[in-house]
Amino acid sequence: MAKKILSIIESAYRATLEEQDDTVIWLMHAMRGAGADLTVVLRGNAVNYVTRGQDASGLAFGGRRQTNPPRIDDDVAKLAVKGVDVFVVEDDLAERGIEPSDVIEGVKLLPRSGIAQLFGSSDQVFHW
Amino acid sequence: MAEKKTLTFALMDAPYENARTTTALRLIDAALRRGFNVNVFAYEGAIGIPSAKQAPHPNAVHGRDVIQEDHPNPKEWVAALIKEAEKLGGKLDWVQCGLCVDERGIGEWITGPRRGSPADFVKFIEDSDNTLVIPTK
Repeated sequence: MAKKILSIIESAYRATLEEQDDTVIWLMHAMRGAGADLTVVLRGNAVNYVTRGQDASGLAFGGRRQTNPPRIDDDVAKLAVKGVDVFVVEDDLAERGIEPSDVIEGVKLLPRSGIAQLFGSSDQVFHW
Repeated sequence: MAEKKTLTFALMDAPYENARTTTALRLIDAALRRGFNVNVFAYEGAIGIPSAKQAPHPNAVHGRDVIQEDHPNPKEWVAALIKEAEKLGGKLDWVQCGLCVDERGIGEWITGPRRGSPADFVKFIEDSDNTLVIPTK
C-alpha cells in the first residue's frame, strides 16, 4: 500500500507568474498521477490560494502578453477532484480577513490545532 | 550484514543562493558516511547544482588567481559525494526534474545524475526508509 503523504504548503506565490502555476501544487498533481496517496494542507500565506475571484491576467512586456496566467484556485480544486484531501487552516484565513464563504468548493477547513492529528495519520510529512 | 537503509532528499534551491544547498549536501554526506544509500530529487532551481558549465574564477578582492582561489563549484561537491558513495559501497542516485531542466535550459550536468520526473520522486519515497524535503522559501 502506498505511503500516506501529508504535504503542508506554506510558501506562496513563488514564481507563479513565470511558471503559470504554483510549483508545489503542480508537483502534487504529478505525484498523484504517479500513484501517491496525498493529503494537502495550505497554511500561512498559501491559504490565499483557495480564495474565490483571483485574477492574475494582464501581464505583458512590450508585445509579449501572457495568455495563460496562473489559476491556482482551479489547480487546487482539481487536486480535490483527483481524490486528494485538501485542507486550509482556518486560523490563517481569519488572520488574513478571508471569510470561509470566500473559500472555493472542495476544500475543507482545518483548525490549526487539528494539524497534529493529520501528522499521526501520515507516514511522511513534507513542509514546503 | 543488514541491508543498507535509504534516505531520500528533495531539494529545490538553486546553487549560490543560500545556505540550504550546502546544508543539504552536508546532510547527504553525513548519511553516506553512516552507511545509508541516498536518493536526491532535484526540483526547480536545484537542477543547477550539478550543472556541467559551472566554472571557477579568480577573485581580485581576495587577491588570488583562479588556482590560488581553488573555489569548489557545487558540481564538484556532487561529484565528490557520488564518488564517496561508491567508495563506501553505497549509492547516491540523483534525479534531475526533466521539465525543470528544460525550463531553465540547463541540460548539461556532470556524470552521475540522471533525468527524471515526479514519478521517480514518488518511487524514491515508496522505496526509502525516510524522506526529507528541503524546499525553497
